[in-house]
Amino acid sequence: MSDQHGSDPHGSSDDLPEKYAGHEGEMQAADEPIRNPGLPEHTWRPTDVDPKAERRAERQVAGIFGLAAVCAVLFVVSYFVFSIGGSPEAQVSQIGNLGASNVALGGTLGLALLLIGVGLIQWARKLMSDHEMVEMRHPARSSDEDREVTLKALNDGLEESGIARRPLVRNSLLGAVTVLLAPAVVLLRDLGPTPNQVAEDADYPGAGLEKTVWEKGMRVVRDVVGTPIRPGDMEIGDLFNAEPELVFAVDEEGEPILEGESLLIAKSKAAVVLIRMDPDENKPAPGRENWAIDGILCYSKICTHVGCPISLNERKTHHLLCPCHQSTFDLADAAKVVFGPAARPLPQLPLAVDSEGYLVAQSDFREPVGPSFWERDSQASTTE
Amino acid sequence: MSIDTSKVATSNSSAALADKPNRVGAAANWADERLGLASLAKKNLRKVFPDHWSFMLGEIALWSFVVLLLSGVFLTLWYDPTMAEVHYEGSYAQLRGIEMSGAYASALHLSFDVRGGLLMRQMHHWAAMLFIASMMIHLLRVFFTGAHRKPREMNWVIGCLLLILGTLEGFTGYSLPDDLLSGTGIRAADGFMKASPVIGSYMSFFLFGGEFPGTHIIPRLYVVHILLIPGLLLALITAHMLLLVYHKHTQWAGPGRTEQNVVGFPMLPVYAAKAGGFFFIVFGVCALMGGLFTINGVWLYGPYDPSKVTAGSQPDWYMGWPDGALRIMPGIETHIFGHTISWNVMLPILVLPIVMFLVLMVLPFIEAWITGDKRDHHILQRPRNAPTRTAFMVALMTMYGLFWAAGGNDIIAIKLHLSINQITYFMRVAVFVGPVIAFIITKRWCISLQRKDQEDLLHGYETGIIMRSPEGGYSERHLPLSPDRAYVLAAQDRDPDVIAELEAGPSGPDGNGVEPKTGIAGKLEGVRQRLRLAMYADNVQKPTREELEAAHHHAEHEHELQAGAEGHAADGHQFDGHHSVEDDRLRADD
Repeated sequence: MSDQHGSDPHGSSDDLPEKYAGHEGEMQAADEPIRNPGLPEHTWRPTDVDPKAERRAERQVAGIFGLAAVCAVLFVVSYFVFSIGGSPEAQVSQIGNLGASNVALGGTLGLALLLIGVGLIQWARKLMSDHEMVEMRHPARSSDEDREVTLKALNDGLEESGIARRPLVRNSLLGAVTVLLAPAVVLLRDLGPTPNQVAEDADYPGAGLEKTVWEKGMRVVRDVVGTPIRPGDMEIGDLFNAEPELVFAVDEEGEPILEGESLLIAKSKAAVVLIRMDPDENKPAPGRENWAIDGILCYSKICTHVGCPISLNERKTHHLLCPCHQSTFDLADAAKVVFGPAARPLPQLPLAVDSEGYLVAQSDFREPVGPSFWERDSQASTTE
Repeated sequence: MSIDTSKVATSNSSAALADKPNRVGAAANWADERLGLASLAKKNLRKVFPDHWSFMLGEIALWSFVVLLLSGVFLTLWYDPTMAEVHYEGSYAQLRGIEMSGAYASALHLSFDVRGGLLMRQMHHWAAMLFIASMMIHLLRVFFTGAHRKPREMNWVIGCLLLILGTLEGFTGYSLPDDLLSGTGIRAADGFMKASPVIGSYMSFFLFGGEFPGTHIIPRLYVVHILLIPGLLLALITAHMLLLVYHKHTQWAGPGRTEQNVVGFPMLPVYAAKAGGFFFIVFGVCALMGGLFTINGVWLYGPYDPSKVTAGSQPDWYMGWPDGALRIMPGIETHIFGHTISWNVMLPILVLPIVMFLVLMVLPFIEAWITGDKRDHHILQRPRNAPTRTAFMVALMTMYGLFWAAGGNDIIAIKLHLSINQITYFMRVAVFVGPVIAFIITKRWCISLQRKDQEDLLHGYETGIIMRSPEGGYSERHLPLSPDRAYVLAAQDRDPDVIAELEAGPSGPDGNGVEPKTGIAGKLEGVRQRLRLAMYADNVQKPTREELEAAHHHAEHEHELQAGAEGHAADGHQFDGHHSVEDDRLRADD
């Protein structure tokens, strides 16, 4: 065998030609530095040879199963014993910082399951046969005979169908099935309106990708409480989260004008931040010289990256940081991106003061707010 | 110690209890006459599975999927996938009286007004994490041990699809409670879609049924989460398991194990008990975690409000790596003919994950193309014995890990008091440089380990016993490995001799004048040859039989020389754990 090896410098190295595939085992054996010593002798476990140990293991396993049953009963008990609900009337019992019900249910269920698992595995390890068995493998491929028969059946079938001889039938079938894709796609059409349809037909204000509910004269009001803001309410360095007045507006009967879906859509585009800085620090973009009131600037709160609301203000630098992906905008420099993955400045809302001295919008945003999209014409932005 | 096998317990005896009336037999007969299962079961009931702890990783994934199905069904009984606005009046006082979506209200109801509801919610979430984590580790095990090689390439592809679907399933799942955090995730997903060229805003409007957030997204994600993806997962898991049974499990090299057999324990009863027991253990661990560790406490976040966000917003950990790529991507956008192309979103979140998964899926095929190996492989390789492959996966892992860390750049900045800007700049470079460094280190490390194996095989293991020669020199005593251990080390595959191939020239290693390929095929062949060289050239090959015999001969000679100096004082090294010591005694006992 070693002679054979010596004469063939490539040995049975990889890349064996197909012809060797069948003799692989022998080839390897010839080249192996150490012969496969064969299966090691089976060693008996204490439970195999000592009836006492066997009975002990039996009791052990049964005991574990018994404990599991106890835990399952305790689960049922805990279910009825511990109350849940956070209302002040029903004082909820606690274990640690967690609700007692949850801890007890999870603990008992977990232990019951774990013990069944442990018992089963202990049974397998200690009491079931531990003789290693050997099974022969078969190649994944079918036998040559099977392949031949299958190939013949396939060819016969194809031949009888005439799919090769009748290209007209075949191609028209392919064509028809391809066209059938159209109904499948078209069926999904009514999943939603197109952006244009929304912009033109939607029955709520500020619809579409390019618009928000802001309009000329709409007051900028505080977030959450909805009270209007006078310039004097803000100190230099202050940052207010604000909304358009419409978000809080009610009709004659006291019902909110925007509710549910239309409210969320309005907020998702119209949320703004107000910041007051020393007017000398602000470097307005060309055409935006009269958008600020006494150093108060208003920017969209919706990040131009993927649309998170931005709110982390760095008071000293006028930098606004998005908590999602850390895009940072310089509010004193037309909200240009100074850091992070966003590519565009935050859109700015032109401000004015109404007759009662409250901050209002001069108009809607002059460019779409939020993340970029294909149809967005970013070059034709702010100046009108 | 000799063993009295006459007392072998009944469970190990092979005598069948044939004469007793057999109820199992009757039931089996009833079933077989109607279903004809015997011919199928004949092969599989006693099917042999090899034993190794690492073969359990995929099993964790399988069982956590079952836990997900069970706990998920429970959740559907109360969860209400509606975005209609409701006024919360449940028992969680902090949110009472607040407007929220019906979905969020039902998640709160499940958590605070259904006994065991919170437990099931948390079990479901923990099991989901376990599902994805165990799939990833299982994938690494398979790749590092070469279990993805022929004939198992298709099962590798199925496994990759399972990982993708599992990730999507996780995303749709944690979006369903419609809390502030998950709503922020959906908002970001809306931004991702809008960044797709040409069809982006249409995709967004169709999926959301109009403008973000609309009222359709939660019910639609719900259908995807409980019907579409689970159905696909179930089908693919079935295929994965069927192929596993058909191919028979891989096994580690060892005495008696060959490429032609599989050595282990039978399905019935040992693996039925072990795997069945393991299901209960996975289930039990999920239940304990659900009971003891809060996860996704949606009541703390409040209902979704598009104008609000929490600091430190992060997706579930398995979505972290594309999020990290998104964070460190420079803000590049192109404006062309009145249109916007958002490279800053598209590349990291749409292109990168797809490319990564495609690379993952084709790895077995690329490897097979480079090696040209057409053989079936059922004996696993130790990671060190395929240094290039191991190093490549470690490079991918490093890249993944760096992206993942970048996804927590804000947390890192806060915890380690670093500048978030510097972390981000560092990561931009590190995701490219890190994998290269990891590749080089891992490859050299593997080769060093191969050398160590080679040393052990040729010269024996280090006993830790220092010998002093009569001349006063010191040397460490080496003793031969146990035959089983030596066989395991010597059983690795021998790599192709690429240097010889190279010397033989383009006509091929056998030099029998195969027509050299030209054109693109020729160029590809050249690339392949270079890759082969890089893949194999530095690997350590196991010794040939002659080398081994020569080395052992030499060692014996050494021992003879040392024998005189050996004395008996240092005896006892047979108790070093490398040998069976049953019949040995310390000399003091004699």
